[in-house]
Amino acid sequence: MAYVAIRGGADAIKGSSRLMDAMRAMGESAPLELDQIERQMPLLHSKVLSEGSLYHPRLASLALKQSLGDSLEAAFFLRAYRSTKPRLGETATHDTRNMRVIRRVSAAFKDIPGGQMLGATPDYLHRLFRFELMDEGAERFDEITRDWLGNRPENDTALTFPKVLDSLREEGLLAPLENSDETPFDITREPLIFPVPRSAQLATMARGETGGLLALAYSNMRGYGDVHPTVGELRVGYVPVMVPHPVTGKPMEAGEVLVTECEIVAMFEKSDDGAPVFTLGYGACFGHNEVKAIAMSVLDRAISVAREKGRIENPSEDPEFVLLHVDGIESMGFCTHYKMPHYVTFQSDMDRLRAAQGKTEEATDAPR
Amino acid sequence: MHPVDTMGQTREGAEYGFAFLDEDAKRELRRSIFKAVCIPGHQVPYASREMPIARGFGTGGMQLTLALLGPDDACKVIDQGADDSVNAANIRNFFALTCPGVTGTLRTEEASVIQTRHRIPELPLRADQILVFQVPYPDPLVVVEPNAAKRRRMHGRADYARLWVKLYEDMVAFDEITISHRYPTRINGHYIIDPSPIPRFDVPKLHQADCLYLFGAGREKRIYAVPPHTDAVPITFNDVTFAVENFRDKATGKRHCCRRCGADDSFLDEFLDDDGARVFQCSDAAYCDMRLERLEAAE
Repeated sequence: MAYVAIRGGADAIKGSSRLMDAMRAMGESAPLELDQIERQMPLLHSKVLSEGSLYHPRLASLALKQSLGDSLEAAFFLRAYRSTKPRLGETATHDTRNMRVIRRVSAAFKDIPGGQMLGATPDYLHRLFRFELMDEGAERFDEITRDWLGNRPENDTALTFPKVLDSLREEGLLAPLENSDETPFDITREPLIFPVPRSAQLATMARGETGGLLALAYSNMRGYGDVHPTVGELRVGYVPVMVPHPVTGKPMEAGEVLVTECEIVAMFEKSDDGAPVFTLGYGACFGHNEVKAIAMSVLDRAISVAREKGRIENPSEDPEFVLLHVDGIESMGFCTHYKMPHYVTFQSDMDRLRAAQGKTEEATDAPR
Repeated sequence: MHPVDTMGQTREGAEYGFAFLDEDAKRELRRSIFKAVCIPGHQVPYASREMPIARGFGTGGMQLTLALLGPDDACKVIDQGADDSVNAANIRNFFALTCPGVTGTLRTEEASVIQTRHRIPELPLRADQILVFQVPYPDPLVVVEPNAAKRRRMHGRADYARLWVKLYEDMVAFDEITISHRYPTRINGHYIIDPSPIPRFDVPKLHQADCLYLFGAGREKRIYAVPPHTDAVPITFNDVTFAVENFRDKATGKRHCCRRCGADDSFLDEFLDDDGARVFQCSDAAYCDMRLERLEAAE
């Protein structure tokens, strides 16, 4: 009987897979095109790109389509695909000053060199339904596009900006930036053995799950921690990817990646030479995902605080607690696995419980 | 290179090589395996790639198996002792798709590599066989120390005092050691391992075996081994014997037997049949089938 049920398992998997497919196909809706996902759900698409830690916009769209819109599952597709690819080389450090910026804000200064650039953001929109979107046609899209492009000034093209924090450094309010020649820790080729360098910390969070990072960072913001961040600069845009030429070794541009970068300024601490300076937290990820970049920069700062003080006072300051629990692929997988059969271990649990109960009964029955 | 069609999902635009992983990843895995065999019971960290099945479903075991399999191997996959439970079937399908040439088998004695979750086969394994365990928690110290850096230090010093204290507290509270599975086992007199969630019934099979036991924890990124002819001793006190699951009927005092093949020496699954009666059956499906075949042949 049990064997019949079990034998049916392989067929059940096949049936389940077909049903998943049928769920997409049944009904009146037309098949989703990959372009539609990338163009009309760019923020969801961005999550998948960064959590999947593979910058492949087209495969990210396919992943979303194939996973029926589950962002954790979709990121997982990219990660698994990553395992089949060798690491071909290493790029030099990329300077985000070269970013072709599409949005850039500072909460620290009203006026920043180059100016604030609000770009596309839902931050100041009223979350009121626009019911007319329930029924849109292609003509409407054309109209919106024409409207927007028609109103744009001629010279409104690609722009790069200086960094807001550079001015703080010039004033001596922030410790000067030292270029590190250390080879960054590659979390895809080495497991995290604690303590880990900051590069491992940043890389782990850069592909962490947005919700996971947010929850831990929020605990710090609310009071289980005291980073008290000010967003020095948050920028979103396209960074040219420079790859060493295989023959000459000279850097050449291989393309560009959409990146969100956040630098937070936190309360001051004594610097190496004794003078107090502001401290910095850094966050960056693929795609347009501001909550993730901000949360990451808060956690980066929180972990650094503990490292500097040599003592951990809050969960968000503990590198093990943060870095081992923010990966969406790992946490989602392990959570899901509890649905699998655990007959043997449960049998073993029952054996122990019965034995322990037996001992208690004996003790109770025994004459006193 | 060959096309893969996983679970009816047709694939386009991507080619996968033999055994899915890129060659560098397999090389790293093999080096880690060597190290694990050289230092029995020591948890060797490795990069652990993402597999196309989720973490917790056997990605660690799967990476070991993929690094071990060659085209002339025969591979068996079991979950809860059975070859046809959904997860085992799923993983075996994946090996069949990505490892052309490898024979899939249900028979324990025919397999050169066996990947398992939660059981060690009843049939003793030979020197030419490797058993690969899927491991959710590689570190037995995690129950007493959450910090990984501290645990590494404790292992290095063979400082297992807090595990002993946990066992002692069990005796005080319940008059029984309550660890049911994942029983801490000392390997070659030094490192204590988490033998993966096998029942206590299977722990003695680790001791001085002919085969190689390899343990892969994918999510936690650790590989460890119990090499052939190595001591594997479950930790307990001098005056408290290590007890395996006994399957004794409380009313009659006799051991339950498999209702299918009649075995009285195997680990049993306990369940309710359609009439609500409590019945017992071998957890190791291949063992049960083999016994049935022999019984039929004898008749």
